[in-house]
Amino acid sequence: MKATKEEIVSKLREDMLRWEGFRPPKPGANNDLGLGPVAAAFPDGVFPTGAIHEFISSKPEDTAATGGFIAGLVQKLLLNGGACLWISYTRRLYPPALKLFGVDPDRVIFIDVPLQKDVLWVTEEALKCEGVATVICETKDLSFMESQRLQLAVEKSQVTGFVLRKDVKKANTTACVTRWQISPVRSQLRTGMPGVGYPRWHVELIKVRNGKPGNWIIEWKKQSFQTIIAPRIIEPARRYA
Amino acid sequence: MPKRFTSIWFRRLLTDQKAIRQPELKGKAYVFAEPDHGRMLITALTDEARKFGVTEGMTVADARIIAPDLQVFDGIPGRNLKLLTGLAEWCLRYTPYVQLDPPDGLLLDVTGCTHLKGGEKAYLQEIVSRMKAAGYHVRPAIADTIGAAWGVARFATSGLIVPEGTHRNALMPLPPSALRLPGDLLTKLRNLGLHQISSFIYMPDSVLRRRFGKNMVLRLKQALGQEAEYLFPLKEPVPFTEQLACLEPIKTRLAIEIALNDLLERLCKRLYGEGLGLRSALFTWYRIDGKNGNIKIGTNHASNRVPHLFKLFFIKLDTVAPGMGIELFVLDALKTEPVSDKQSEIWTSKGGADNEEVAELLDRVAGRIGSAYIQRYLPGEHYWPERSPKTDPDFKKAAESEWRTDKPRPMQILDQPEPIETMALTPDYAPKLFIWKGEQHIIVGADGPERIEREWWDDPGEHRDYYIVEDEAGSRYWLFRSGHYDAKNNQHWYLHGFFA
Repeated sequence: MKATKEEIVSKLREDMLRWEGFRPPKPGANNDLGLGPVAAAFPDGVFPTGAIHEFISSKPEDTAATGGFIAGLVQKLLLNGGACLWISYTRRLYPPALKLFGVDPDRVIFIDVPLQKDVLWVTEEALKCEGVATVICETKDLSFMESQRLQLAVEKSQVTGFVLRKDVKKANTTACVTRWQISPVRSQLRTGMPGVGYPRWHVELIKVRNGKPGNWIIEWKKQSFQTIIAPRIIEPARRYA
Repeated sequence: MPKRFTSIWFRRLLTDQKAIRQPELKGKAYVFAEPDHGRMLITALTDEARKFGVTEGMTVADARIIAPDLQVFDGIPGRNLKLLTGLAEWCLRYTPYVQLDPPDGLLLDVTGCTHLKGGEKAYLQEIVSRMKAAGYHVRPAIADTIGAAWGVARFATSGLIVPEGTHRNALMPLPPSALRLPGDLLTKLRNLGLHQISSFIYMPDSVLRRRFGKNMVLRLKQALGQEAEYLFPLKEPVPFTEQLACLEPIKTRLAIEIALNDLLERLCKRLYGEGLGLRSALFTWYRIDGKNGNIKIGTNHASNRVPHLFKLFFIKLDTVAPGMGIELFVLDALKTEPVSDKQSEIWTSKGGADNEEVAELLDRVAGRIGSAYIQRYLPGEHYWPERSPKTDPDFKKAAESEWRTDKPRPMQILDQPEPIETMALTPDYAPKLFIWKGEQHIIVGADGPERIEREWWDDPGEHRDYYIVEDEAGSRYWLFRSGHYDAKNNQHWYLHGFFA
């Protein structure tokens, strides 16, 4: 009797994950984005593709770090083919830098929307398109309702969306699956060596639905993420966070 | 197929138009007059005025004596051309080849068009009744040659449809003025007693040429079809075009959408059969009050998929102003290209930007925000940071050279380098600290300098020495000193970018 009860509970858990927009990874699909120990924070231990991820930055320095982190993820997402769209209102991204993170800049289509109100329209259209692998949207504001629309769009098309929110004064509730904050930290070289080392970030996973938030120090080295400090789980999973 | 031409003669173009504008003038005697050598000469008049004995070319003063109630309006030179152009556009529904025939006519190449209205008789009937409903009195004629149609329309008393091959007989009883000849030549012919074409049609060419000039022979031969004559169409006909004429004027949005969808389906079916796709299309609507408007769309790659093209039009469909109602929709394929073979794309699963779905997405986005804002970068062979990525409108083009990875480049770059205050060891060390926007950054690590020279053939100016620096908080910046160290001028350090 007890065994069946556990079965029912685990079945219900799976169902609830599915209703919330997660899909169990297809057998054989390579969903490892090279995040290493960070992946343990996600439900099922896999980075949720086909979902919206929110990144918050308040300074241009943070935006640059976030851009690097996203580019590292996009590199792996583009391996299966598909287009990458970078949608922004005021873009400062320097395309040649993407190459250092393994993304061919000529594979990225940049859409510099002239009116801010069109940014989310273009993003939603792009997220609905199944030929697109990933969409990066640079915006300032994202209301709860707008985030819901984006999340609904990707649940059908299985496109991975990144929303990079610049100059956020107050983080409001959104329907995104995760919320990240990435800031640069001092790079390390071998002792005694002068200069600047590999890009190193403090990656903070503030919120993840059905997962375990945490923070890590990650370095981008030799075209992959290297976790410097082992995962530290802040608090147990809070459902419907 | 033998050629058939229609000449439409607007008997009283200007006065009819006046009566349409001011219905109270209907049935009244009025004329248009234009100044000529200090007199007012009558240029157009109604049948009612003609009954009094008024004719074209009479002075207004003379006419007023014959007909005291005569109303005189100022004629506007060139007005007839403007009216004819509008009417010619309206006549495009009958045939794609319409030419203006000043001062008061239109010429239509109706070869292969008449059966659409149920034969030549019904075709002319329709033109007459539609024009009459609009308020114009017309006389159309159909013949094998332009010249014969012109003459018959204006001078024949009956038999406006000249059967194939009988235009010679039809011309026989007509006066010489049916041959489009200048006035002095007509006077000469009249003085010689040649009142009908039949009286000189059998004269040898050499005789006619010697007496009346070669223009006369040319016109005669053109009317008989022995000399070629061509129409210069008002609009270059588009090879792929579809029309939808509506029984009832259309006003609602839903009906317009249905009409558009219907036209697209018909056009795309034809294009599909030819293996072509649309690159650019024009959707035109004609309103019952004579106004028209259009929407133009363009695509990134040739497409003949109806739902996609419909979406592109749909974005702009708000600009349709139906007014009193729309009676005719026309869809022209302005530019077509062979569609790429879809079969091959199935195997490459998710392609890049040349993927069908992505290209359609980009079309939609371009329709909303404009195609100039969608960009793709290729490596430009320049060291200067502002120029090293170059934009390219062709989404299928592959990079000609590799992206450079040997020099680190910042993730974020400022459009305009921002001046900063620094403290640096002279002459060419990296700064120890810098102040940007009032905030002080103490530098703990630095790489550089990387000197980038300007392209002197493009722009003169100082070179830049770039440093990658890291401050205490861990933020990484791209700074440069413009030119060499100069003790007098301290303000030459700039912040240009942020590293990840």
